[in-house]
Amino acid sequence: MFPRTSGDEHKLFHTAALLSVRTWMMRNSSRFRDGQNRDGTVCMTNCPTLIVTVGLPARGKTYISKKLTRYLNWIGVPTKEFNVGQYRRECLKIYKSFEFFRPDNEEGLKIRKQCALAALNDVRQYLSVEGGQVAVFDATNTTRERRATIMRFAEQNGYKVFFVESVCEDPKVIAENIVQVKLGSPDYTDRNTEEAIQDFMKRIKCYENSYQPLDENLDRELSYIKIMNVGQRYLVNRVLDHIQSRIVYYLMNIHITPRSIYLCRHGESDLNVRGRIGGDSGLSPRGKEFAQYLGRFIQDQNIKDLKVWTSQMKRTIQTAEALGVPYEQWKALNEIDAGVCEEMMYEEIQEHYPLEFALRDQDKYRYRYPKGESYEDLVQRLEPVIMELERQENVLVICHQAVMRCLLAYFLDKSAEELPYLKCPLHTVLKLTPVAYGCKVESIYLNVEAVNTHRDKPENVDISRLPEEALLTVPAHY
Amino acid sequence: MSSTEDVIMAIPRELTQNPLRKIWMPCKNGLPEKHISQKRVCMTNCPTLIVTVGLPARGKTYISKKLTRYLNWIGVPTKEFNVGQYRRECLKIYKSFEFFRPDNEEGLKIRKQCALAALNDVRQYLSVEGGQVAVFDATNTTRERRATIMRFAEQNGYKVFFVESVCEDPKVIAENIVQVKLGSPDYTDRNTEEAIQDFMKRIKCYENSYQPLDENLDRELSYIKIMNVGQRYLVNRVLDHIQSRIVYYLMNIHITPRSIYLCRHGESDLNVRGRIGGDSGLSPRGKEFAQYLGRFIQDQNIKDLKVWTSQMKRTIQTAEALGVPYEQWKALNEIDAGVCEEMMYEEIQEHYPLEFALRDQDKYRYRYPKGESYEDLVQRLEPVIMELERQENVLVICHQAVMRCLLAYFLDKSAEELPYLKCPLHTVLKLTPVAYGCKVESIYLNVEAVNTHRDKPENVDISRLPEEALLTVPAHY
Repeated sequence: MFPRTSGDEHKLFHTAALLSVRTWMMRNSSRFRDGQNRDGTVCMTNCPTLIVTVGLPARGKTYISKKLTRYLNWIGVPTKEFNVGQYRRECLKIYKSFEFFRPDNEEGLKIRKQCALAALNDVRQYLSVEGGQVAVFDATNTTRERRATIMRFAEQNGYKVFFVESVCEDPKVIAENIVQVKLGSPDYTDRNTEEAIQDFMKRIKCYENSYQPLDENLDRELSYIKIMNVGQRYLVNRVLDHIQSRIVYYLMNIHITPRSIYLCRHGESDLNVRGRIGGDSGLSPRGKEFAQYLGRFIQDQNIKDLKVWTSQMKRTIQTAEALGVPYEQWKALNEIDAGVCEEMMYEEIQEHYPLEFALRDQDKYRYRYPKGESYEDLVQRLEPVIMELERQENVLVICHQAVMRCLLAYFLDKSAEELPYLKCPLHTVLKLTPVAYGCKVESIYLNVEAVNTHRDKPENVDISRLPEEALLTVPAHY
Repeated sequence: MSSTEDVIMAIPRELTQNPLRKIWMPCKNGLPEKHISQKRVCMTNCPTLIVTVGLPARGKTYISKKLTRYLNWIGVPTKEFNVGQYRRECLKIYKSFEFFRPDNEEGLKIRKQCALAALNDVRQYLSVEGGQVAVFDATNTTRERRATIMRFAEQNGYKVFFVESVCEDPKVIAENIVQVKLGSPDYTDRNTEEAIQDFMKRIKCYENSYQPLDENLDRELSYIKIMNVGQRYLVNRVLDHIQSRIVYYLMNIHITPRSIYLCRHGESDLNVRGRIGGDSGLSPRGKEFAQYLGRFIQDQNIKDLKVWTSQMKRTIQTAEALGVPYEQWKALNEIDAGVCEEMMYEEIQEHYPLEFALRDQDKYRYRYPKGESYEDLVQRLEPVIMELERQENVLVICHQAVMRCLLAYFLDKSAEELPYLKCPLHTVLKLTPVAYGCKVESIYLNVEAVNTHRDKPENVDISRLPEEALLTVPAHY
């Protein structure tokens, strides 16, 4: 497994190879590859999973699909969603009215079936050719017949199927759903609100008569979760493997109660000022001023039942102290461990560890500091924080640059490539408010100056580069 | 920025770092001030009363004990209260199933008294002794009994979460009886045939009056209904974090027979030199152990064995010798000794005598400077435990402190015992769940290795002499 080289002349290669072997082994020994088919045969290679939504229109299927996809990608499981409605819009070009969805509309049925098959084809492309691990097939799938078609498709291709059904009869919830995501849909750009609502309610009616919910008896061999009344109750049947277990846990922790999440870093620290990374220093005078301003800002926002979380590092706790409210310390929110590079300036890292510095620029997400962590490690460490954030309502998280990048990437669906370069400047609060299928972001700079700690990816990331090329993008410091 | 409407802001308190746990806390005049931030993540605002529901032989006590063990391990003070125990203490001698007949007035009276006595102890535990979760383990099969419990909980400010187990598979029930009923104190004087007969009649006594949790009538309650040993679950109104964790745990456990093998990496170069931590390779004896381990595993002929290692060289080298696929977990890495990494105990005593003493005072909570504590390790290892629960046959090749944490989970060891559990090199522990606990077999693979176990010395005071501190350091080269 390890390259059997020796001698100083191979040191560089050995180190670099070791790093890539290390990371290769890490990435390829994923926990998500265990698999046992229902007939007991063990899936030796990744057995892709096909998640299939079930439910009447306006039951949150697309909301769940997108959120689940975002979560799985963030924790490192390549996932993609396939919304059949999208395929229908591309096929039809212009949506006239609910009549398209009438169960006696032969033409409509034909087109809708074609769209489903086109989507399934793309699913196959993604899972079997492109190396995807989970595909979310987002459509009503309200008839047993349609679900049987999908299951046949999955069996032919060696995919496991997991159904996610959303059942809801609360008219308030459905009305809010329509307002949030249907009125703005491409289907209704030309209609006024009243017309759109009327048409959509009739659309729902078209499905109601033929709706065959997952049945406790008839479908007892299937793997599924039935979500009732937006999470008040769940029925979970035959969870087969690790990924399905994680999906169930996630779905059981999310909610749709309106709330906001505030993310910010600690106030400027003494080490920040000196251009040094990591460590456990206290706030600089400007950092303390920021803490005061933050306290005032929080009060002005008048947030209901705000929870405040910090890391266990002095600078975030000092910041929280200034708010004068109770706060919770999470070790999981500690800044990325820079290992041997702790408390160094970038200039010093370049001087003492030029190879490491270059490797980091080559793949900042997966790069792990010697005796330290990588962004990839951080994400794994932060997963329980995300899970608890999903459970909570209004929360202010006072954390650190790398940590905040990871959390932000989760909420804004940023890729592993973008994540380590997200801009999270000091003394700036990001207010995230879930809206429709995503997150509204408001950036509030609290008007206290601070050093810039953001280092962009330099042009030259080659290990042969000159020190000046490496240090080109280092931000100014005292 | 001043204005007459300015709110008076809190003057930030000074911070001091607790020397043992390395936690920053506000202080006044140099002394730490009690603050809510000292608590770890708040699992729940008020104590939780978990109430089991189900006919006899449905796994209620199994679930109660396992859940209690898990919650305590992750740091939530939990205690179970088995009403059957109270009945045994009250009755002294169990005659027959007739005691449980629904028309046995005397029996009903005693059983009700026992339930109330147990609830009293629950109140003592949750409201007086600082417990956070109590598991009330009884059949609780009637709506009336559950209403009594809920009234009790409401009076005392406890949240209630029901855990119902429903099962009609005769094979499962039979196996249950064989595993845990035949050996019960109730049946020590009976032969197997008699015991089974009596127990089946005991179940019958409950069946007629059994009112399972109902989707409609009980829709306001918080509960999980487990059907057919985990094939299906109905989860209603999960209220808070701890209930969510309990549900997740219950949905991941199973009762399929299997064994978990725990061992450390082979002896490492740093082990030999009496140094802690680091990322060294195996010594020659360590390599020999790896070979023996491979042979041992083959001889055991284990079905579908999964092999897990940490991401440190010495565990991976050990696994390599097995010649089978293995998975690396960063979460299984040895405890981070921070500034003490790669030091000998003698050096720690020389350079950090205070730290060394603090560690001996509270080895579980002590965090190395820029490192970790056993308490941190447990949090780190929780996903490993969760996955171990999901899996079947697994061999975990890890490290001393890590193995102590995992072992403490399986053998229900307290935080005080955990850091001193004996996990010597070159010894495999085979854990097999049986009845309500775990059978442990210790297999020494007959390759010599240094001893790395340092007992707690007698003198843990910071004023102690170096010799007193180093008294229990194991020999090394």
